[in-house]
Amino acid sequence: MAKIELKNVTYKYPFTRDFALKDITYTFNPGKFYGIIGENGGGKTTLCNLIRGLIPHFYKGKLKGDAIVNGIDIRDWDLGELSAQIGYVFENPFTQISGIKPTVFEEVAMGLENLGVPKEEIIEKVMNVCKLLKIEELITNNPNELSGGQRQRVAFASIISMDTEMLIIDEPTSQLDPEGTEDVFEIIKTLKRSDKTILLVEHKIDMIAEYCDEIIVMKEGGIAFAGPTHEILGNAQIMEAGAMMPQVAIFGHEMQKAGKPLAVIPITLSEATAQVKKRREDNVH
Amino acid sequence: MSIEINNASFTYPNGYVALENISVTIKDGERVAIVGQNGAGKTTAVKMMNGLNKPSSGDVIIDGVNTKDKTTATIAKSVGYVFQNPDDQIFNQTVRAEIEYMPRYFKFSEKEIEQRVNYAVELAGIEKFLKINPYDLPFPVRKFVTIAAVIVSKPKYIILDEPTAGQDKHGLEILSKMIDRLQKDGVTVLTITHDMEFAVNNFHRIIAMAHKNIIADGTPQEIFWNDKVLAEARIKKPIIGELAMQLALDGNILFCDELVAKL
Repeated sequence: MAKIELKNVTYKYPFTRDFALKDITYTFNPGKFYGIIGENGGGKTTLCNLIRGLIPHFYKGKLKGDAIVNGIDIRDWDLGELSAQIGYVFENPFTQISGIKPTVFEEVAMGLENLGVPKEEIIEKVMNVCKLLKIEELITNNPNELSGGQRQRVAFASIISMDTEMLIIDEPTSQLDPEGTEDVFEIIKTLKRSDKTILLVEHKIDMIAEYCDEIIVMKEGGIAFAGPTHEILGNAQIMEAGAMMPQVAIFGHEMQKAGKPLAVIPITLSEATAQVKKRREDNVH
Repeated sequence: MSIEINNASFTYPNGYVALENISVTIKDGERVAIVGQNGAGKTTAVKMMNGLNKPSSGDVIIDGVNTKDKTTATIAKSVGYVFQNPDDQIFNQTVRAEIEYMPRYFKFSEKEIEQRVNYAVELAGIEKFLKINPYDLPFPVRKFVTIAAVIVSKPKYIILDEPTAGQDKHGLEILSKMIDRLQKDGVTVLTITHDMEFAVNNFHRIIAMAHKNIIADGTPQEIFWNDKVLAEARIKKPIIGELAMQLALDGNILFCDELVAKL
């Protein structure tokens, strides 16, 4: 089970003056979906790099405190072995496709081949993942000749085929149009159903509100707020910490100020619709 | 004074037709957002406005002068275009050098250069980063560097291509303030955006593009409450509008205060 325990973690990149992470204590539990939000430069990607072991194995610098992945200190993990536990989808999924494999099937199978998985098992796993991501019909196509949305699915498939217990997904939609964004979130929705532990860094707050179990708000290298999605995204103080709040939550607070409070501050469109309808009915009776 | 596109088409050298017979006029002082899915022709259209693309047929007239009669460098003085990808634009070693490049090229006095740089840097909120190499900065900050490098030439028209990509709350606030300030200082601001919340909160006129043409042009209310236009341009209603629709409220609501007042 992918469990991450961070205790008083402080980290500084080489040749920099300021700490990128400051005294972080947090436990990521298996099977939960975490949204990491907050200002740029607040430490979101650094936190991902640490959990994936790129800190301290690739980025040296100064690491203090304990970061424990599945009971083993991050310093003692082998980076290759950790990659079989934690998949990392980078900020731009386009860069993730290798470009050296002539078909989608081989692209998705590449990670498993490198791990020496038996052939029959590879075929079964790759076909399952391709089905999940709706790219079955593309398996004989060249990855380089696909549309943006299709490539994205292939990039995700190649990470998902590794079947890691945990996935870190860093701003997958920052460069995409609305349709590409929806494609990505459809994939993420599928992953959520598979009981994986997911860490998602994302500015599209309405998407975060829809899918995440818990939210971590980062500011200046520390955790400013953390807790269940509803509690955090409904709290207007997160905006002072530099994080965005869902439009419907802002609406909820404005209703309150106008003396027309809703029973609960909504964070999704469907909640907002339900809350307003409920208020109307209550006023009728 | 205006940018006028009259029956203009654009075909790329490889034969791909990107725009077919479009006509539109952007007047001084307007705030215009161009929306629509990838491949609709948005970037091709704005590149005609700053002379990077000369129309294959038809005309583009900027402040009375046909772009066919001017070089791109001359047009760029009055119409500044900030690229979608900052890395297509940045080529200097420090943020300061990048921003000073244009005024130095045009041989302004040191005093003038300093004033222009200070103005651009203040609007873009990058005072802290002047000595840094732009490539040591994260993507959203690099974007502000390229915006400042365009503002510094004091163009009459500024076109921002996808400025909100990757921006956090602070970045979005800088953008809003910048657009207000530019308009106050007499600059016409255009943007291409996929971010409908940004469009509705900062722009008074929305141009929706689809299939190589303009399919609708009007106020945010006219565009975002027209389901046919939304479907054809493949864009979404801003979320407050969506909530108003689900609640079956009339009045083409798009803003939080309108919605609160209505309930």
